Amino acid sequence: MDRMPAWADAVLVPLISILLAALVSALVILAIGENPVEALSLMIDGALMRSTGWGYTLYYTTNFIFTGLCVAVAFHARMFNIGGEGQAMIGGLGVALACLFIPWPHWTLALVGATVAAAAFGAAWAFVPAYLQARRGSHIVITTIMFNFIAAAVLNYVLVNILRPAGAMDPATASFPAATHLPTFQDMFATAGNPLFRGSPANITFFIAVLACVLVWLLIWRTRLGYEIRAFGHSESAARYAGISPVRITVLAMLISGGLAGLMAINTTMGEAERLVMNATEGAGFIGIAVALMGRSHPVGVFLAALLFGFLYQGGAELALWTNIPRELITVIQALVILFTGALDNMVRMPLERIFMAFGKGTR
Amino acid sequence: MDLNTLIQILDSTIRLATPLLLACLAGLFSERSGIIDIGLEGKMLIAAFFSAAIAAMVTTAESWVLLGVELTWLKDLFPAVIWGLFAGIAASMVLSGLHGLASITFRGNQLISGVALNFLASGVTVLIAQVWFSQGGRTPSLMAGGRFENITLPLAETLRGVPIIGPIYADLISGHSILVYAALLAVPLTWWVLFRTRYGLRLRAVGEAPEAVDTAGVSVVGLRYSSLVITGVLCGMAGAYLATGLQAGFVREMTAGRGYIALAALIFAKWRPWYALWACLLFGLLQAVALRYQNLDLGLFVVPVQVMDALPYILTVVILAGFVGKAIPPRAGGEPYVKER
Repeated sequence: MDRMPAWADAVLVPLISILLAALVSALVILAIGENPVEALSLMIDGALMRSTGWGYTLYYTTNFIFTGLCVAVAFHARMFNIGGEGQAMIGGLGVALACLFIPWPHWTLALVGATVAAAAFGAAWAFVPAYLQARRGSHIVITTIMFNFIAAAVLNYVLVNILRPAGAMDPATASFPAATHLPTFQDMFATAGNPLFRGSPANITFFIAVLACVLVWLLIWRTRLGYEIRAFGHSESAARYAGISPVRITVLAMLISGGLAGLMAINTTMGEAERLVMNATEGAGFIGIAVALMGRSHPVGVFLAALLFGFLYQGGAELALWTNIPRELITVIQALVILFTGALDNMVRMPLERIFMAFGKGTR
Repeated sequence: MDLNTLIQILDSTIRLATPLLLACLAGLFSERSGIIDIGLEGKMLIAAFFSAAIAAMVTTAESWVLLGVELTWLKDLFPAVIWGLFAGIAASMVLSGLHGLASITFRGNQLISGVALNFLASGVTVLIAQVWFSQGGRTPSLMAGGRFENITLPLAETLRGVPIIGPIYADLISGHSILVYAALLAVPLTWWVLFRTRYGLRLRAVGEAPEAVDTAGVSVVGLRYSSLVITGVLCGMAGAYLATGLQAGFVREMTAGRGYIALAALIFAKWRPWYALWACLLFGLLQAVALRYQNLDLGLFVVPVQVMDALPYILTVVILAGFVGKAIPPRAGGEPYVKER
């Protein structure tokens, strides 16, 4: 029945898709009158050749790991969670409330508290679309899109009318107290003689993101709930027949997904800005879609894809700094990745299947 | 509130509802044929950019030479703004074609394809705008000839003196650009095409039961592509109206979520043309009120502007949850059609 060996499906198809996306991206750079090779070397130089560049790359990577895992977990239950952006925004609200109103004695305790708050707030924001999908059949894609906009309005209201300190102009909270400041890579790894990661925003949250990858792997492939989520994603009717409650799985998978998106806020809000600002998520919720698609919803894949997007993001900023190529080039590359690895998947798979079929017949 | 204020609010309601209505009808055609389209935003955005960019180029260009061929006579064929409209429609149709390629030919995930198109438009518009105009991702402001002018309907000035009816006719009904009237006309036209023509019957059928249409010997693929062509045209008009009618030029992300509001209106209208008109007017009214009154004082309490901004989305969730009547989408929506062999 199998038309293609598993390795080809898991590695070859995405690899060719990504190469196609890269090829088209190179054509785009050519079309706007720049040299793709030069652009790439500039990006590598700015993102990977200095510890500060790595500091930025890993900072973005941290964001994308969380949002990528968020989309990936929902994908396993065959749900498309476009709401990562909104869930991360509301997660940021949780972080801000925890940091501003609880007198933490030390950053380690504050980190635990903020982690719980971020996950709880993100999960709570995902709960409503999940519940409506499970109980009332509202399409989760549409409701999560709507919830992104509602989250933006909620955050706008809270920041402008409630949490903005008296006299401040921009919609943002007060700075968090010093006891909640997380150690950055610079604090952790730089010494007096060796100033590593100077001024870059990467912080301890990166390790929480790596831990989240491990935990998600354990959850999906080593627990009963993970098995049920995958079974539900493969065939809802079979899962139902096996006694798995669709309502329970839908809600639980989305709660985990939303919680993971919420966790991203620790990195941006507590780790970097040290206060909650209006547009803290900067579209990372959407990049999570590309990351999950590219990583085939596997934590290892998500980690690698997040690293690639972290590199693209930081490299893109360097490009915008030194050339006439705007940062939006990254949005185009991201779109092409989503298009080729997600929507045009069969364009690669169909001819490959044919090749494998012909090859298989020849050897038999 | 006096009559003048009311007319002003309703007037901007119509202006703001027009792009929503065009995009909503675009989505209507696509989704009635069984192709879910969350890429309305992207199609509108790319159309807005290309219509403004081409209109700006045509108004300022002295002569047109393409590949050594003198084409200046083309410039006199249509005004710049019409060339802009054509360019917008063409750009939107390219994205529509990509969506069709992904979701019809290669049977990919329509939602993912739509998301990709939105990103593509968001990035490509700024990228090209920067390369062509170097003004931070925007086009130059459009001068006369590059914009859709407001049309004064016959007798508008003569009737202005008549109490109540005069101002309503002169300020509310008259004085919009041609695209506003086109959008309003598109509603009965859509209704007629969908419910009174053979093409419309087949289109609706292919969104409900493509296998039946296939059995009847009608091409599912052809029908779905044709509906995406209409979607492209309508989204192109919506984008052109934004950049060359409502405003004078393109700025980055100028659609500002209107594609999603149009999607919300489509669900609100339960995929029916006349209801789409009312839904878009309602959402246009909400935008107009939010724009005019930052915080709406109702006497008993004050409605913050953020509530007005979020209201279309909240209403859509409520409708989707079935609390106010159930919204049932076309049955085959989102499912690629696989012909059995």
